[in-house]
Amino acid sequence: MALTLVSRRRSRRLAADAGLLVVAAAFALPLAWVLLSSVDPHADLRVKAPDGVTWSNFDAILTSDITFTPLLNSLVLCGGATLLTVVCAALAAYPLSRFRSRLNRPFLLTILFATSLPITAIMVPVYALFVQVNLIDTMQGTILFFAASQLPFAIWLMKNFMDGVPKELEEAAWTDGASSMQSLVRIVLPLMGPGVAVVTVFSFVVMWGNFFVPFMLLLTPDQMPASVSINEFFGNRGMVAYGQLAAFSVVYSTPVILLYVLIARRLGGGFALGGAVKG
Amino acid sequence: MTAATPHAAGAEAARSPSRPPAPSGHRPRRTLPRALARLLPLSPAVVLLLLFLAGPIAYCAYIAFTDLQLTGQAHSSFVGLANFRKAFRDEEFLNAVWLTLVFTVVSSLLGQNTIGLALAALMQRASKPVRTLTGGIVVTAWVLPEVVAGFLLYAFFRREGTLDAILNLLHLPSQNWLFTLPILAVSFANVWRGTAFSMLVYSAALGEIPKEITEAAEVDGAGGWRRMWHITLPMIRRSIGTNLMLNTLQTLSVFGLIWVMTRGGPGNRSQTLPLFMYEQAFQNSMIGYGTAVALLLLLVGSLFSLVYLRLLRTEV
Repeated sequence: MALTLVSRRRSRRLAADAGLLVVAAAFALPLAWVLLSSVDPHADLRVKAPDGVTWSNFDAILTSDITFTPLLNSLVLCGGATLLTVVCAALAAYPLSRFRSRLNRPFLLTILFATSLPITAIMVPVYALFVQVNLIDTMQGTILFFAASQLPFAIWLMKNFMDGVPKELEEAAWTDGASSMQSLVRIVLPLMGPGVAVVTVFSFVVMWGNFFVPFMLLLTPDQMPASVSINEFFGNRGMVAYGQLAAFSVVYSTPVILLYVLIARRLGGGFALGGAVKG
Repeated sequence: MTAATPHAAGAEAARSPSRPPAPSGHRPRRTLPRALARLLPLSPAVVLLLLFLAGPIAYCAYIAFTDLQLTGQAHSSFVGLANFRKAFRDEEFLNAVWLTLVFTVVSSLLGQNTIGLALAALMQRASKPVRTLTGGIVVTAWVLPEVVAGFLLYAFFRREGTLDAILNLLHLPSQNWLFTLPILAVSFANVWRGTAFSMLVYSAALGEIPKEITEAAEVDGAGGWRRMWHITLPMIRRSIGTNLMLNTLQTLSVFGLIWVMTRGGPGNRSQTLPLFMYEQAFQNSMIGYGTAVALLLLLVGSLFSLVYLRLLRTEV
């Protein structure tokens, strides 16, 4: 009985491995295309072994027009908005986590409700509104909207992480006369470093990949972040240079993948989404 | 939601022993200024949310009832339900609703949800290296920027792309999938991009099922499918519910992926509601009409969002 159970488990493990590998291969094909094409002098649309390895695709795109300016714009946009999001979320999470109030529950429910609203749907009115208040085509306007759209989820995550910091540590500080701001900055936030890192990285990664918001709210080509400027490879440059498009995709995607690896390692595979979904 | 809240609050106090209500008189009564001071840190977030999220939503509800246009019009006027009446008579709108439904069912309900669950279940049994490799690849697809994912799958599905190369190898007819089956192509693209989320949710949920339970069933001779159906699925039903809601909400707002792959075309054969809304508002300059469509999308989204909240209610 025990033996058959063991052998049954082993064959089941093999079957599971085989199944996973098939799915992994299917998922890997498009990724293989972008990696191989980026170093292929004659890249086209299919996955194939490159005709020799070349850096010419990267050389061609690493100019200020094509790559550096859009990436810098992305950095200013997403960096600024992330900073704003994290500061506002940390401030907002503190009273929600620490003080009992009749407002907490309705507020948190509203926040949770807002996390799942389809932001895409309000972009047309946001555009119309931004035209009227002269925020259209400005970095600061886009940063403010980005921050607001990411805030509900950031507050929710931050509050859950903050709940994990024991209150006793602060109470000692309170008796010593520390204000709540002091205890937030000196005690709570340092203790929840990994939590703050997750909120920061997650917000940044989401904004870095967002296309629709800057596509709608920015007009001047010089201000466009990489998520929008990448479309230039199709529209205005005539023949599509797939090798260059692939090289640009690699350069543009690498930062967020590295950032993700950074927090995924620190927190184990499960990531904070478990926390986000379970509340 | 407002109606449900007081009941929920009362029920919660009775239900959760871990958070008993504060004993009265234990703490000195707070004065009003002090309570306000405590809420002060909330203000930057509240101001941002009111100005840039609640504001646009309210504005959306307003201009959906006007004939606001993009160009050359000094004043817009209130037109009542005209935009909505127009929408329900508009073939293209109904087409977009249908395509959105197909897109959501295929990519979120059947695709991401089912494949995510299958992957999570397989991962529990697989060896560690295979698990890590698969997880890494699937999650990479999810972390990639939306537009990049769009390009990768554009290359995959186009004539002469990777899919056709594979079909050629198998001596099957090849075609430009973006032309023949555009809505399926973008749905598969969304599955490729979004499955990781379901996989992570279900991996966490399956990890919480005590081993003793499944082992007991196994010793009792319950086969894999029966264990899945009678034990595992009922135990993770809450995760299934929340995951379905979040997947659907995410899928409802996909724009960039479809825009990059097909621009909603050919014709309007992959034009889901967000793309239809964009086209009406900007290509046809009818902001009022586009916003009416947006408002409908927002209402559907809110509905799903409320269901999601109810599923989570016990845990807030």
